[in-house]
Amino acid sequence: MTRLEASSDGAANTLAGGPRRRGLIRPGGSRKPAAARPPAALLLPALIGLAFLLLPLIALLVRSPWRGLPELLTSAAVWQALRLSLVSATAATAVSLVLGVPLAWLLARTDFPGRGLVRALVTLPLVLPPVVGGVALLMALGRNGVVGRWLDAWFGITLPFTTAGVVVAEAFVAMPFLVISVEGTLRAADPRYEEAAATLGASRFTVFRRVTLPLIAPGIAAGAVLAWARALGEFGATITFAGNFPGRTQTMPLAVYLALQSDPEAAIALSLVLLVVSIAVLAGLRDRWMTTS
Amino acid sequence: MASSVRRPGPSMCWAAAGAAALLTLTACSSSGAGGGTTDSDSTAAAGVPSDGSDGLSGSVTVFAAASLKESFTTLGKEFEKDHPGTKVTFNFGGSDTLAASITGGAPADVFAAASTKTMAIVTDGRAAAGAPVTFVRNQLEIATLPGNPERISSLKDLTKSGLKVVLCDEAVPCGAAARKALAAAGLKLTPVSYEQDVKSALTKVELKEADAAVVYKTDVKAAGDKVAGVTFPESAEAVNDYPIALLKDAPNAAAAKAFIELVTSAEGRRVLTGAGFLQP
Repeated sequence: MTRLEASSDGAANTLAGGPRRRGLIRPGGSRKPAAARPPAALLLPALIGLAFLLLPLIALLVRSPWRGLPELLTSAAVWQALRLSLVSATAATAVSLVLGVPLAWLLARTDFPGRGLVRALVTLPLVLPPVVGGVALLMALGRNGVVGRWLDAWFGITLPFTTAGVVVAEAFVAMPFLVISVEGTLRAADPRYEEAAATLGASRFTVFRRVTLPLIAPGIAAGAVLAWARALGEFGATITFAGNFPGRTQTMPLAVYLALQSDPEAAIALSLVLLVVSIAVLAGLRDRWMTTS
Repeated sequence: MASSVRRPGPSMCWAAAGAAALLTLTACSSSGAGGGTTDSDSTAAAGVPSDGSDGLSGSVTVFAAASLKESFTTLGKEFEKDHPGTKVTFNFGGSDTLAASITGGAPADVFAAASTKTMAIVTDGRAAAGAPVTFVRNQLEIATLPGNPERISSLKDLTKSGLKVVLCDEAVPCGAAARKALAAAGLKLTPVSYEQDVKSALTKVELKEADAAVVYKTDVKAAGDKVAGVTFPESAEAVNDYPIALLKDAPNAAAAKAFIELVTSAEGRRVLTGAGFLQP
């Protein structure tokens, strides 16, 4: 639990440019990093680690069918899958923001019995295999599910096999990333600003809206990007809960998986698109959040 | 990676010899000779009599179409009983996925596919030792909710609007067969989902998320009273042949051959037809 919190907190801080660094006291004035050469015992595994992470991506580039790429990428099927992926990942992020930020606030700023347990439960989808998440969603929100049965009977809403179902599956998997990231930022933020606003007569909601939100904005943004990226790559819960139909529920990862069986070149081309989108997100992140504050 | 498990090294053979099993030594040398030769054929034939002292041991890895799950699991247990010391490990899935992982170097001894087309991926990739043998055939059937509340009686009924139908993806044999059957009937069907293997299509009906699925007769039978089956005449146009083959890089070729012998034997046929498969 603490490990999860610490790591996501760290991730949020790195992405957000480290809001905590401000308050750090440096002992002994200037503390420059040692200029000595790094020891081989560390350097060697570090380089192997780097190669391990980069090699598959380079291999993807090497094996890409560059000649046929324009044709593969301009096909309607690819754009359909890409558009669906972008739309559903963005919608899932929006859902996560609307529900996840208040949840993070609740976990960080209030005290209620069993809070630790609630926090653990919130992070459960982080470690749960996504396919299990998909099965659980079917049990809950499927046409015959615990809640889904009533959704169907009262409102005529069935989520499986719909784009809304894709959004639900992605939000289920991605929201914990946002909650953990925002909660970490909230805990790091100085509560004295909020206390000062409260003593000046602001209501708790006004404090949240006018003081807390701007204060943790970088953390929210970082969390949203993490959640968006997770939603974009979501496979297991989506194929289990929402099925696979081109244009409706077949997102990019599903298209890659199914294309790999019949048309490996198309699968590589689709993977390339996802890789480019991921790099674009990282690059955008760098400009927006890594260099500010 | 595959090459490291291809052949038992000399040290493994010596270890087996140390265990005073002359037959095992023969198995080592015969699989070391590359498989598919008449020499190793005779070794496998000698291994079939189930007296327990046939020298077969170790684990056999079988990659099989999802529709074979029930019958092959039964046959696997029989095999282990007939040949003490062996262990049959299965990987059930969509035939296309399995074929792709075999050509990608997954360590497997036997491949049983649900169509000749998916088997061709393996034979074209030179990953099979010898020609595949067709051991059963399978016909499509419509799986509906128990009691058939939507009153589905033909393939055409599946095209009714508002009905949630799932099909297998066209890359998977059951999806290709369903497409063939629909084309034969001159029907156009828009499903709610193209599932990645036949069992996932069936599961969607078992969970009552879909109203109907086009699956195999054997799947309907295996699902018991969780689904109801509806036969349709167009399924005769799309009967799948199931080929089985020994793989070239089989880590345990001798036991793998014995398993294939069991599948194609009278006993294997009894189990498979009992599950609803058709004779080849």
